[in-house]
Amino acid sequence: MAEASTRETYGKTLVELGRQNKDIVVLDADVSPSTMTTFFAQEFPDRFFNCGLEEQNMISIAAGLAASGKIVFASTFVVFAICRCFDQLRLCLSQPELNVKIVATHGGITVGEDGISHHAIEDLALCCALPGFTVVVPADAIEAAEVVRVAATAHGPFYVRLSRSKTPIIYPDGYHFTLGKAVTMKQGTDATIIAMGIMVAKALEAADILARQGIDCRVINMHTLKPLNEAAVVKAASETGAIVVAEEHLAQGGLGSRVAQTTAKEKPVPMEFVNLGDRYALSGKAEELLQRYGLTARDIEESVKSVIKRK
Amino acid sequence: MAKKLRRHVITMIATAGSGHPGGSLSAADIIAALYFKVLRHNPENPHWADRDRFILSKGHAAPILYAALAETGYFPVAELATLRKLDSRLQGHTDSKFTPGVEMSAGSLGMGLSFAIGVAMAARLDSRTYRTYVLLSDGECEEGQTWEAALSAAHFKLDNLTAIVDYNGMQLSGWTRDIMNLEPFTRKWQAFGWYTIDIDGHDFDQILSVCQEAEKIKGKPTLIIARTIKGKGVSFMENNVAFHGKAPTWEEAERALKELK
Repeated sequence: MAEASTRETYGKTLVELGRQNKDIVVLDADVSPSTMTTFFAQEFPDRFFNCGLEEQNMISIAAGLAASGKIVFASTFVVFAICRCFDQLRLCLSQPELNVKIVATHGGITVGEDGISHHAIEDLALCCALPGFTVVVPADAIEAAEVVRVAATAHGPFYVRLSRSKTPIIYPDGYHFTLGKAVTMKQGTDATIIAMGIMVAKALEAADILARQGIDCRVINMHTLKPLNEAAVVKAASETGAIVVAEEHLAQGGLGSRVAQTTAKEKPVPMEFVNLGDRYALSGKAEELLQRYGLTARDIEESVKSVIKRK
Repeated sequence: MAKKLRRHVITMIATAGSGHPGGSLSAADIIAALYFKVLRHNPENPHWADRDRFILSKGHAAPILYAALAETGYFPVAELATLRKLDSRLQGHTDSKFTPGVEMSAGSLGMGLSFAIGVAMAARLDSRTYRTYVLLSDGECEEGQTWEAALSAAHFKLDNLTAIVDYNGMQLSGWTRDIMNLEPFTRKWQAFGWYTIDIDGHDFDQILSVCQEAEKIKGKPTLIIARTIKGKGVSFMENNVAFHGKAPTWEEAERALKELK
């Protein structure tokens, strides 16, 4: 499967947006060669500010720019943007509903060798806890570009989580992203796998393996965690009677929690969860970590089989 | 006018039954000077693009800001009586969503200077000539983010930014010098690259003249260290830490209002 980097796509899309709209301003906290905001910095040096290693300052500066009419993209690694700056996200962006787009890279454990200080696995719980925030995790580079374009035109605070590693391309060119509308990647009737980010490709792989065993799985890319497409969840629960949620995040507060809250209220069905549980990982190669911590197509396959038994 | 604003503060907080009188009273002369003399603003058009911006970083001093906004015509003076009440536009700490004239939601300390930097940057990007003023407390200079902002405002050479510290020397539980000493305060800001001016924060004319002086400084931001007295104007509140975050009783409020006649 062809692969591409979501963060490289982000950087290039920012330049395209910067050409279209002079009100777009980009902030970074000294990691622009990694977040790829460096492309924007080169083309629009007057509208790019390197805030140094002052992430909290950066988020509040972004708020001041947004309050003055700018569309602000602020980038650094997820652990710094979200985990370090929660109070700034809350008071400066969420409460006043300001138009700042946090596009952070190096989400999840696939950051790999840098280890647990750099593994961002609590971010979705934190951001989904903030009223008014839109939270999106694109599944590939094509979707990432679309998400960034939509974020630039939609009003209000956004959190977009990108990965460090390249991710498999699962969409054709010309794919059109709709915020808050889940994408059914594959139809199916026996169970539904709801996934986001890098887990969508793994869910598709698992569905292929299961199909060869006569199990017909639906696969949904739930790219928008907030607002959650509850109708898609209810439909999947009603039509397939079982759900597996797969995410590169802790068990608590992420996609699994949000889907379960919806099914519990609207249409309770057996569910299984593929995630990191309640623990930190270790340093290692991305693929090794996914194997060790149970985030593979095989893990999804087994969860589907267990959930079907409980129907 | 500062006295009138102080009277509003006492009445508002006594009516609400909670709030922070000390830090509102210490800032009264600064706020009065800004809203009645310094700021170019238009209360009938709070979103006027070229208005000077005033950002209250010490969000617990909301009552003194509300008093000034009401007296300059952003909303009716009678509305001050709704402070902290359910469905009031006057929230306990400032909230930019609800109150005309409030530029920033505040209440968690240490963020206002950063926010002001963003506002000042936007002026530069849009070639607008408005000035950005931000009022900090001395206590909130204990927050690390204030010093991140201090570094970056100087780094970005934001000479369209004036920060004022309401240096009343006290915070919630006592004297700042005992809790977390900030001194040598002026020298710290100078070392961070700021133009600094020390003044008596209750001297109206001094406040006006240093605001003018700041406009002439090029290439660096200005910090006005306004030496003030917490609870200024009410004898039993002055330098009394008990009135940092406690409302006066009606009897105390009456005594205070008599002193502020």
